[in-house]
Amino acid sequence: MQTYDLAQLIEWDQRIREKVAEFGLDCFPQEFEICDHNQMLGYMAYAGMPSHYPHWSYGKAYEKLKTLYDHGVSGLPYEMVINSNPALAYLMRDNTLSLQILTIAHVYAHNDFFKNNFTFQTTRPEFVIGAMKSHGQRVRSYIESPSIGIDRVERVLDAAHALSLQCRRNLALRKLSVEEQRQRKLEDAQPREDPFARVHKRQQSETPDLHKVPLEPEEDLLLFLRDHNPFLDEWERDLLTIVHEEAQYFVPQIETKIMNEGWATFWHKRILESLNLPQDLHLEFLVRHNQVVRPIAGSLNPYHIGWKIWEDIYRRYEEPDVEEEDQLESGVRSGFDKIFSVRAADRDASFLRRHLTERLVRELNLFEYRVRGGDWVVTEVADQEGWRKIKETLIRSVGMNTVPVIKVEDADFGHHRTLLLVHEHDGRDLHLEYAEKTLAYVYQLWGRDVALQTVVNGRKVLLQFGDRGFTTRQLTR
Amino acid sequence: MAILESIFRPYNPSDAERSDRAAADRLRHRQKVRQCIRENIADIVAEEAIIGKDGGRIIKVPIRGIKEYRFIYGENVPGVGQGEGEMEPGQVLRHGSGEAQGQPERAGDRPGVDYYETDVTLDELVEIMFEDLELPDLERRKLRELPAQRVLKRKGYRHAGLRIRLDKRRTVKSKVRRRLAAQRRAAMTRGERFPFHEDDLTYRHMEPDLKQESNAVVFCMMDTSGSMDTMKKYLARSFFFLLFQFVRAKYRNVELVFIAHHTEAQEVTEEEFFHKGESGGTFISSAYQKALEIVQERYHPSLWNIYAFHCSDGDNFDADNATALKLAEELCQVSNLFGYGEIKPLGSRYYESSMLQLFRRIEADNFHTVLIERKEDVWPSFKAFLARDRVRE
Repeated sequence: MQTYDLAQLIEWDQRIREKVAEFGLDCFPQEFEICDHNQMLGYMAYAGMPSHYPHWSYGKAYEKLKTLYDHGVSGLPYEMVINSNPALAYLMRDNTLSLQILTIAHVYAHNDFFKNNFTFQTTRPEFVIGAMKSHGQRVRSYIESPSIGIDRVERVLDAAHALSLQCRRNLALRKLSVEEQRQRKLEDAQPREDPFARVHKRQQSETPDLHKVPLEPEEDLLLFLRDHNPFLDEWERDLLTIVHEEAQYFVPQIETKIMNEGWATFWHKRILESLNLPQDLHLEFLVRHNQVVRPIAGSLNPYHIGWKIWEDIYRRYEEPDVEEEDQLESGVRSGFDKIFSVRAADRDASFLRRHLTERLVRELNLFEYRVRGGDWVVTEVADQEGWRKIKETLIRSVGMNTVPVIKVEDADFGHHRTLLLVHEHDGRDLHLEYAEKTLAYVYQLWGRDVALQTVVNGRKVLLQFGDRGFTTRQLTR
Repeated sequence: MAILESIFRPYNPSDAERSDRAAADRLRHRQKVRQCIRENIADIVAEEAIIGKDGGRIIKVPIRGIKEYRFIYGENVPGVGQGEGEMEPGQVLRHGSGEAQGQPERAGDRPGVDYYETDVTLDELVEIMFEDLELPDLERRKLRELPAQRVLKRKGYRHAGLRIRLDKRRTVKSKVRRRLAAQRRAAMTRGERFPFHEDDLTYRHMEPDLKQESNAVVFCMMDTSGSMDTMKKYLARSFFFLLFQFVRAKYRNVELVFIAHHTEAQEVTEEEFFHKGESGGTFISSAYQKALEIVQERYHPSLWNIYAFHCSDGDNFDADNATALKLAEELCQVSNLFGYGEIKPLGSRYYESSMLQLFRRIEADNFHTVLIERKEDVWPSFKAFLARDRVRE
């Protein structure tokens, strides 16, 4: 039952915005849309986009969410915020007033994060709604076109979705153009400047192979396939572009999940505490807040972890203990000062690396586990030796670190246009069944044999997919 | 800093109703699931103990093709979780059997580990299985129809009809009603005679009920002798279960006769056929004899399309072989299709006797044999029987 009316929301929003300005959060203009739970399920299935291209996988996502929701396994989020300018947020109609107030405050913090965190600087939030809409229209037009049709579009989208996260992670670094890469290669090949050139033997300079494709290992797999397979149709290229662009748009959100949720939780708490809520609303807020930051035993709650870390950073710069005092960054005036600069300059991996202390690992009761023979076994606990390992493992399991780094090494491997991909192995083996199936998608888009070099159980292996299906070959060396 | 602006867009019920935009994608997803089930049907039929279950029952079908593959890390990757209370290295959070001790649902944030299972009812499964299977022979012959049975069925009342169907009670009631109405209008005085009017007469109405009866009968004959161990029985039952479901799904009017035999044959109910165990020696001829008897009694070949299927491990008493062969030939003559499925779980065919050799002598072109060695063979052999029937025309 709805326990409030719109006027109340607007009034509270007004007060929250005053606080937001007082605390110095810097937001895009904000739009709120009130929706019911069915609409919320729909938005969630499509990552919140009001218009999105169709694909069966979103139908699957919807069914899954709905099943979980209907059986009470998981609830729905209180809100959903889109990284756009103006920022767009959905509020669930059936939530109570207290929850709406909390949510609104939470939304503004997300909004501030989107606007200020460095990873989001390339997402072009002012165009995203329009871009998604245009993607949707284009995909629909291909589906409706009698010469293409849904089956072919789906085939390409299935393959593209499988590869979409094989893209650049740090978008703040500019991607070099082919011309710049060539320039760099040439410069690298020049002999070093040698002050004693006269007494030294003359250095050999090798001419770099400028015909190699790609010149430098390429991370954007979809773009590479788009640009280097001449047999793709225009509409196929367009689909690859669409999927790639969308993945790029979501990479920053994947990269900052813990920070972003923690940030929003930190601020909704601060803001609500400063609002002087009437007692009944305040009590409910406390209950809700505790639900949000409740640690999930055996799993990770990004709200909880993120929030704890933000609180800890703030505390260290406000009231440090003796040990911490020496380690503080100089020139930082206050806790707020510090957290604002962290929110701009970090992503989950660096955030955890810099700010997850031994004390926090203990406090959060983190542990490391492995799967052994089907059993989940605890391997490290938060003690003096264990905490570093736990931290390392945690850093590896956040953001894009959960996606194997696979780069295009050579488009003419063995001189028969085999596409060679190299997995940068970091101790974690690929899931082979998935690798095989995904390689089949690369093969489909490349149109010729493909090979993936990786390490399995400590041995270098070449996984190949071609006309004769999937084969593996041990590599000596 | 610019002043922060905000807009509220209120809830709009009519928008909400129109906004089920996942509908098309859901439909597409369901189609894919169905297709996937169809492709894996042989495995599903082999794996699922679906035999003898009710149609409405939900079974879980693991779906393989519908996963969304990506490059992901495998199982040797450690994860991090948040603990409850004291934890020690070496502590087992969850056993492989999946029995959680209130511990991780999915620990860490591992993307794409996509275990997918879908629920379908048995009826749905059967429908999917048989979507592209037909008994075309049955269809093409248009099933010589039995003379339609005329049954008269009561259906309402009329004001005209045969005298013999006059409903006296209703007729009188109608007159009483009319008289009360007339009295209220004071159109008549008490004691005056008030005769029946033609409108009072009410007749029971009868309509002829045409009952269609097709005349095809399927004989399911199964060896239940002692040599049929659990595995063999399971295979035979799987086969008949498919046949039974198929016939039931496609042809409402086909009759089924179940015969279980060891040294002697018995006509049994469907329930008994699928659930009862027997033992003893094997006289295959007994089943054929029984089938022929039943044909003689109830399903004359000139009026009925007869389909006979027999599953056995072929471990027949030698003395019976000659009779069995003779009767099998007879059965071929009266039936449209006679299929013999020999159940030989892997390996056992090297030391057990087989009827396949013997039956090779039967020349009738409507006789067909298959060998079922493992559960994966059930579905293909089932299809082979039906395909056979198709080729023959």
